[in-house]
Amino acid sequence: MNVVLEQIFQVGFLAAIIRIATPLAFATLGEMFSERAGVLNLGIEGIMLLSAMTGFTATSLSGSLWLGVLAAVLTGALMGALHALFTVALGLSQHVCGIGVTLFSSGLAYFLYRLIFGQQSVPPNIKGFETLPIPVLSDIPVLGPAVFNQFSLVYMAMLAVPLAAFVLYRTPWGLSVRMVGENPRAADSAGVSVIATRFQAVILGGALMGLAGAFLSMVQFNAFTFGLVSGRGWVAIALVVFGRWDPWRSAGAALLFAFVDALQLRMQASGLGHIPYEAFLMLPFIFTIVAMAVMSRNAVAPSALLKPFRREER
Amino acid sequence: MFRLEARTSTPTWFNLALPLLAIAATLVLCSGLVALAGAGVVEAYGVMFSASLGDSYAITETLVRATPMIFTGLAVAVAFRAKFWNIGAEGQLLAGAVASCAVGAIPMPGPLAMLLMALAGAAAGAAVALVPATLRVKFRVDDVVSSLLLNSVIFYALMALIEGPWKDSFSGYPISPPIEDSANFPVLLEGTRLHLGVVAAFLAAPVIWFLIVRTTLGFRIRVIGENPEAARYGGIHVERVLVSTALLSGALAGLAGVGEVGGVHFQVMSDISPGYGYSGIVVAMLARLNPLGVVPAAIFLAAVMTGAEAMSRATGVPAFLSDVIQGTALLAMLVALLFTAYRIRRVGTAK
Repeated sequence: MNVVLEQIFQVGFLAAIIRIATPLAFATLGEMFSERAGVLNLGIEGIMLLSAMTGFTATSLSGSLWLGVLAAVLTGALMGALHALFTVALGLSQHVCGIGVTLFSSGLAYFLYRLIFGQQSVPPNIKGFETLPIPVLSDIPVLGPAVFNQFSLVYMAMLAVPLAAFVLYRTPWGLSVRMVGENPRAADSAGVSVIATRFQAVILGGALMGLAGAFLSMVQFNAFTFGLVSGRGWVAIALVVFGRWDPWRSAGAALLFAFVDALQLRMQASGLGHIPYEAFLMLPFIFTIVAMAVMSRNAVAPSALLKPFRREER
Repeated sequence: MFRLEARTSTPTWFNLALPLLAIAATLVLCSGLVALAGAGVVEAYGVMFSASLGDSYAITETLVRATPMIFTGLAVAVAFRAKFWNIGAEGQLLAGAVASCAVGAIPMPGPLAMLLMALAGAAAGAAVALVPATLRVKFRVDDVVSSLLLNSVIFYALMALIEGPWKDSFSGYPISPPIEDSANFPVLLEGTRLHLGVVAAFLAAPVIWFLIVRTTLGFRIRVIGENPEAARYGGIHVERVLVSTALLSGALAGLAGVGEVGGVHFQVMSDISPGYGYSGIVVAMLARLNPLGVVPAAIFLAAVMTGAEAMSRATGVPAFLSDVIQGTALLAMLVALLFTAYRIRRVGTAK
């Protein structure tokens, strides 16, 4: 136990938590916006993968990291629009469409990657983002180097949380999103376009998922690899439930998950002898399932979640 | 402006033509990617066709590949009928594979081994499916997410096995020891890989169809899927039926793993399933959740997968095209389904 405690209070460990939490925070916020508007987006896993690919490719071809981020965000937004086209405009099953979007975008990601880079024994990589220490703040002991000597995308995630909360709770658009997710008919009577608002929320959500993908291929791995996302998208969906569809709580859930994941990595590395490393890899997923079972009792989903809206039908 | 208008009735021919329309649309849409890869569209699809359905050997290979997808397709179809969103067929398949491999490694007479392998595999798949069902019934946990997350858990459990206790100590490869030769499913046609499991899959489809359409359980499954409130009012124990559905669905997905171990690989490795569990969702939707339709839908996807590799070798189009085709087929079918209930009506705009 002492070993574990020692690990926790280390700069490297804190920094690791934040880095693991960053893509999850983007993805979770993205999924949260979508679900707040009443649309479950199971395409997240594939959207993250495809965005990771386009971000990596754009950077690899242009040499500009920010162009890569832009490409990833646009990819995410585009795939969000595709999901919205099926689920919002056509009112098709959100579950099945989401799986379709995931299958389609993962297939497309691998297909295009192979087409552009061919089959290479050593996967090509890019020079990814470097850390950007914030003056003064990064000098705070322990906390400074862990929190304020990070990548720009990490800072963006930190800013995204309060921004998301502000947008959702303090702006007219956020009100519309919450209305179309809770009571679309009332929103419609109040003159809010349910279809347009849902489209916007799912597209914004997709863009955030794109950022999550960009972080994976441009910060965490500096390459695009097979199984790059490996379930992080699915975890984000669970974290939204765990975070009760609230930006702050969702980000907290992402941090908590990252803590478990980082701990898992440390325990693996410290070689707890006979325990197979797969047991640690399983841990975050089991933790998420258990956490959902505990939280689901009082978690209340947006009431119009999964329900398509057609104006002429009652 | 266009508007969707509810249909009062759907012509029968339309219902039957729908999957074909979706498949045609998919192939047309994906031909853009073939062209992007610099290959002739007709040539590429031609290679795909001839390598998967062009001669008798190709057909047997396609049928062997269709087998796990018939099982996972049935698993998903049964579950989705009850609106039990089982996205976990992949993990249930892996559990079935592991359990049947464990049983198949015990020396015993062949027929007994095969029977016990099937039972163990089905039981393991059912046990995995029981988790999301229980979580949903007891804790109101979303079954989509829990069944999805379980896929990862089962995958890592499998990896722990084949990199740990089951690891091949001689070669050091992470693959399980093979099952007993006597437990290998008999090959039906000399010189091919057509095994007993293929027949089992083809028999399972009509059996499940009968179960869904003609039995009380099937009726209950359909009712709780269509209207849980009415089902409850009608005295159906919704939770119990949900759990039964999950067990049946999981058992079917588990059988997919049994067939792969007993008839194709004779052992367990990390890539024993190239996503057959997820393909099952595509199969079930193409089949419109009809167990009989699962068979042709699985054969179509199997042909795409088998053909894609040959196409890749012949034309250089990445074989990942088969994954794109799967995703596109699923989305195209969903749109096609929309047209059974609605028609597009041109609405005159005011100005």
